[in-house]
Amino acid sequence: MTASPGSRALSILTPGTRAPDFTLHSAPDQSLSLREYRGRPVVIAFYPADWSPVCSDQMGLYAQVMPEFKKFNADVLGISVDSIWSHLAFAKDRRLNFPLLSDFEPKGAVSRAYGAYEPRSGESTRALFVLDSQGTIAWSMLSPDGINPGADGILSALEKLERAGPRRKPT
Amino acid sequence: MTPPYQAPRLTVPVGVHDHSEGPSDARLVLVEYGDYQCPYCGAAYPIVKRIQKHLGKRLRFVFRNFPITNSHPQAQWAAEVAEASAAQGKFWEMHDYLYEHQSSLGDATFFARFGRSLELDVVRIEREVAQHLHLDRIQEDFTSGVRSGVNGTPTFFINGVRYDGYPEFAPLVAALEEAEKGTR
Repeated sequence: MTASPGSRALSILTPGTRAPDFTLHSAPDQSLSLREYRGRPVVIAFYPADWSPVCSDQMGLYAQVMPEFKKFNADVLGISVDSIWSHLAFAKDRRLNFPLLSDFEPKGAVSRAYGAYEPRSGESTRALFVLDSQGTIAWSMLSPDGINPGADGILSALEKLERAGPRRKPT
Repeated sequence: MTPPYQAPRLTVPVGVHDHSEGPSDARLVLVEYGDYQCPYCGAAYPIVKRIQKHLGKRLRFVFRNFPITNSHPQAQWAAEVAEASAAQGKFWEMHDYLYEHQSSLGDATFFARFGRSLELDVVRIEREVAQHLHLDRIQEDFTSGVRSGVNGTPTFFINGVRYDGYPEFAPLVAALEEAEKGTR
């Protein structure tokens, strides 16, 4: 299993792009819009599927690293095409402490808008985005197939955002 | 444009602070970020032993703590026990004992049993664990792991570069021998 840069590496939305707004279910009777998070940094983590067959997977790691993200006042949103019921069971099992959003209907529409959809498998790719407090993409990364990207890129991006100056007021 | 993928590197180099086995000037350095309750680390434990035997003095092995307490409620406790044993000069004995008795982590009789078999001052260990005396060090390991691209457990680094292959004997040895070529 060797990592190699994929041709899809060019397809995800890049820094400087306005992050497309979306509204997705975070629970059966609850939905959540990206614009609600304006005013603080947001980490969006697209991932292929709940229940990947490893312990301490990507989402579990982010739950554990949450105190580091919170130092930057950042929120984390996980997105996959799984149904909300799968998300609920997965979040409970892994003790996740951030919302998982269901890009279920129309399937993968939000993932596609971010260039983070793989039509062959019908899943989101492992694409990460860090948005500034204005909702503009400050950093993005697409991880090769099978590679869990970890949290270091996200933390470096959040650090850079903070260094770039005091958070501006939301417009 | 998104830059091409590069495997992350260790942000905190191996040093005297680390728990290590093997010569400090070995050409090959294998670093594991591990969790004592993680079954995949448990599975990797005998593989690392085999690799150490296979490579002998060519290899230095370093273990750093990466307890994922959300999934493994005993992981931090176990890491604290290992660090408290290190304070009595017996880190590796406890590290091995924990992985060899992974299924009984947290049992009420755990302290009594390892105390007998490892000749440790158990009262001191219990006190240091209760006071979380070694927790800062564990958190430092965890943070250094996160900043180095540790993405789960076990995560290995070979001469400072994250190993993204399977944690099995043959691919790990192949990657180590490949890395050794670059050091000659």
